[in-house]
Amino acid sequence: MTNIVLIQVVLIGVVVAVVARLFRFNGARAQAIRRLGLLLFAAFAVFSILVPDVWNRIARFVGVGRGTDMVLYALVVAFLSFTVTTYLRFRDLETRYTRLARRLALDEAKRDFPATGQPASMPASRPATGPASGRDLGDVLDETGGRD
Amino acid sequence: MNDDVWLVIPLYNEAQVIGDVVATARAVFPHVVCIDDGSRDASAAAAEAAGAVVVRHPVNLGQGAALQTGFSYALGDPGMQWVVTFDADGQHQVADVVAMLDKARAESLDVVFGSRFLDDRTKASFLKKLVLRAAVGYTNLTTKTRLTDAHNGLRLISRPVVERIDITQNRMAHASELVAQIGDMDVRYGESPVHILYTDYSKAKGQSIWNAVNILVELILR
Repeated sequence: MTNIVLIQVVLIGVVVAVVARLFRFNGARAQAIRRLGLLLFAAFAVFSILVPDVWNRIARFVGVGRGTDMVLYALVVAFLSFTVTTYLRFRDLETRYTRLARRLALDEAKRDFPATGQPASMPASRPATGPASGRDLGDVLDETGGRD
Repeated sequence: MNDDVWLVIPLYNEAQVIGDVVATARAVFPHVVCIDDGSRDASAAAAEAAGAVVVRHPVNLGQGAALQTGFSYALGDPGMQWVVTFDADGQHQVADVVAMLDKARAESLDVVFGSRFLDDRTKASFLKKLVLRAAVGYTNLTTKTRLTDAHNGLRLISRPVVERIDITQNRMAHASELVAQIGDMDVRYGESPVHILYTDYSKAKGQSIWNAVNILVELILR
């Protein structure tokens, strides 16, 4: 009985940690940690192919019963984190794409409607996002890293 | 007159009505910018023929993105003091904008939100009212504002506030994002009654009730 509680606590903890981590960090360090995690995961996969019983042992240890169930749980966690990272990555991409498209649209409008109260030359470096954000298009396009 | 006001109209496939909307608006407010959000019909040409400036998104980005583009464009006019967000489908009344402007000037407000629930001119279905009430309840809970109608497309915003707004929610959730950002700025805002005209045309084109679900998801996963 206590073992059932153990697996539940462990799984919920992992899910929460994965989600929290994905929302908080997106720098080089977080990217490195994710890549190391993936490497470890692959190494363990190879190991578990060679020694299939290892899943059963882990399962018995945390109280799940069968190794296949353990694999299922691991997959659920992996899939969840994949879904969230992919969603966030697409959001990042969409933001950049939007700013690029907006810059294009504004530049074209400046060309086509030079005499509608617009100053003769809108400063090219004016942030497309407004001064509050403190970053302009250049920043966005130069941004390194990102999520993966 | 009203030379310091820019009407910002996100435009997506409204060729049938946009000409009239722009012409009616320009009788009172000469500066109108339509952001053609990748329309596949003659919307842009109709808006231009009616005298609006048309900024063309190269691809469809969504209404939130279009509003932000319109803000950026209007900021390029040094004489601009007010921006009004206005719908392309003919739901909004120019007279309501005039009233909002008068209110803002009289009470020295920075932002005036339109609200369709301050009087009983607007006829909405029961379900629509219910969803809008739920939405405003959620917005009041999660932002520092107290409003009666958070998802109204008609708003009057002063230049200093427009300069600080940065809408990143391209599609559904931009209305809530706008309210949240204005709430965070700690500026003077008010509400003004507006009449939303639900014509057969706008009803056929308007947001589906299902979008409430999409808005919620986009707000939670932002």
